[in-house]
Amino acid sequence: MQVSKEELLHIAKLADLEINENEIDNYLANLEDILNFANIVNNAPVEGLNITIGANEAKNVFRKDEIKVFKDNDSLLQNAPDEAQHMFRIPKVIE
Amino acid sequence: MDITELTVHELQEKLKNKELTSYDITKAYVKRIEEKEKDVQAFVTELGNEALEKASEIDEERKSGEVGNFTGIPIGIKDNICTKGVKTTCSSKMLENFVSPYDATVVEKLNDEKMINLGKLNMDEFAMGGSTEYSYFKKTRNPWNLNRVPGGSSGGSAAAVAANMVPWALGSDTGGSIRQPASFCGVVGLKPTYGLVSRYGLVAFASSLDQIGPITKDVYDSAMLLNIIAGHDEKDTTSREMEKKDYTKALKNDVKGLKIGVPKEFFGEGINEEVKEKLEEAIKTYKELGAEIEEFSLDIAKYSLATYYIIACAEASSNLGRFDGIRYGYRAKEFKDLKDLYRKSRSEGFGPEVKRRIILGTYVLSSGYYDAYYKKAQQVRTLVMNEFDKAFKKYDVILTPTSPTVAFDIGSKSNNPLEMYLADICTVSVNIAGLPGISIPCGVDKSNMPIGMQLIGNKFQEETILNAAYTFEQKIKFRENYKPTFRKEEE
Repeated sequence: MQVSKEELLHIAKLADLEINENEIDNYLANLEDILNFANIVNNAPVEGLNITIGANEAKNVFRKDEIKVFKDNDSLLQNAPDEAQHMFRIPKVIE
Repeated sequence: MDITELTVHELQEKLKNKELTSYDITKAYVKRIEEKEKDVQAFVTELGNEALEKASEIDEERKSGEVGNFTGIPIGIKDNICTKGVKTTCSSKMLENFVSPYDATVVEKLNDEKMINLGKLNMDEFAMGGSTEYSYFKKTRNPWNLNRVPGGSSGGSAAAVAANMVPWALGSDTGGSIRQPASFCGVVGLKPTYGLVSRYGLVAFASSLDQIGPITKDVYDSAMLLNIIAGHDEKDTTSREMEKKDYTKALKNDVKGLKIGVPKEFFGEGINEEVKEKLEEAIKTYKELGAEIEEFSLDIAKYSLATYYIIACAEASSNLGRFDGIRYGYRAKEFKDLKDLYRKSRSEGFGPEVKRRIILGTYVLSSGYYDAYYKKAQQVRTLVMNEFDKAFKKYDVILTPTSPTVAFDIGSKSNNPLEMYLADICTVSVNIAGLPGISIPCGVDKSNMPIGMQLIGNKFQEETILNAAYTFEQKIKFRENYKPTFRKEEE
């Protein structure tokens, strides 16, 4: 399975990751290795089999739509990389 | 008497007849951690002082009345299980300073029993790896040989139990992350059926495969810890509503008539000769104990491994999307705009293996490759489940090696991701099918490294594999015959 540099960079962009120029060859080689190996799934005898999404039977689980208030805001904001006035601070998004 | 040598059920006895206090026990462990941590490097966060304080409080309580069976028993917790007020790092730079605002459901259950947390244990970053070398903080070492890996991703948990630094521990298993390190470290590791234990508060890697489970010195302790953590939780909709069981009641020390299937494909190419030999001895032991053994074909191992890496990475690429440097976790110091903040924070916060898996996962989910990889893998998942279903019509238990080899040298595989993945070949199919599996030691190789045997059961049949494991353990008495030596070869 040949993966091009452009393809790798496109995938990285989709995943919000940056890959440095000096890492590209390594990532490409790893990805090709793994995909070549993973290709074996295409030889598996799965004609006509349905897909399985989870390990348990898929069924909806409902609960009552009740409001529960989480009051411990301080413990949430304690993890914020940047905060102001008890809110998460992010860079300006509207020019 | 060395307190740290005792199993939890032995500690319970000594607490009950007042030979020991919780403080004695906790103190012994804190001292042991002080002695051994420099060699083993199992902990990300140590909680010795807090643990001693809590032990004293509990002993006061004990004086004034009845307490529970697990009150004042210490434990160690893998660092991807959320603990309120104590850091949960997933051994990642991304979560280096993260303090969870809530407890995982399993941690709530430990707290309800008034157990004592000795600390958070090292792991491969975000549970991605099989050697604990991918931790951002440190490389944990195998107590049987400090130049070898402890396995992974729950390597800190398994090494700490093996080194008597904790009496037992919680781990998590997505493709073998409890069983493989248990095998490498000569301890007992149980991955419960998907849905038996709540995943609420377990930092998600691959949600359809992840499961929390016990790593213990012996099978009895494994059954007891499972008793505590199992059960439905409305906060995890994939957890199953079912009657509460006492798994210790299943330990009968009798396997007469038990039907054990041995899949020949798990003993073929790539399996180390000494591992094979010990497993064959174990099969013989089971025969002597009256079990009925039959070889059969379960030709899914190689498809399973590929399927596992496709599904696990696909789910991981989605699950790890939440780490964006906004509400918690690492944020890059310099960035141009919001998008740049996301990208730089993720690129600087995640280690190489995590990025590799996110990229692989994004790739197999991307348009053009979805059908060839992801959809195909989901079909193979059906195939794997069907094959296990067929096998469990004939057998009660399926017996395999836990890992194709004993613990390998630190550094020998960390630069070759695919080779590292191949170490999971015996364990991943169990997660794909959502089955329970247990690894117990069945001997050592010529260099005194433990060899693990895996027993797989049908869904929610933990009792069957626990009893099979217990019966074998009572016969070979591994813990009495073999001990880790903490030896270090010259480098």
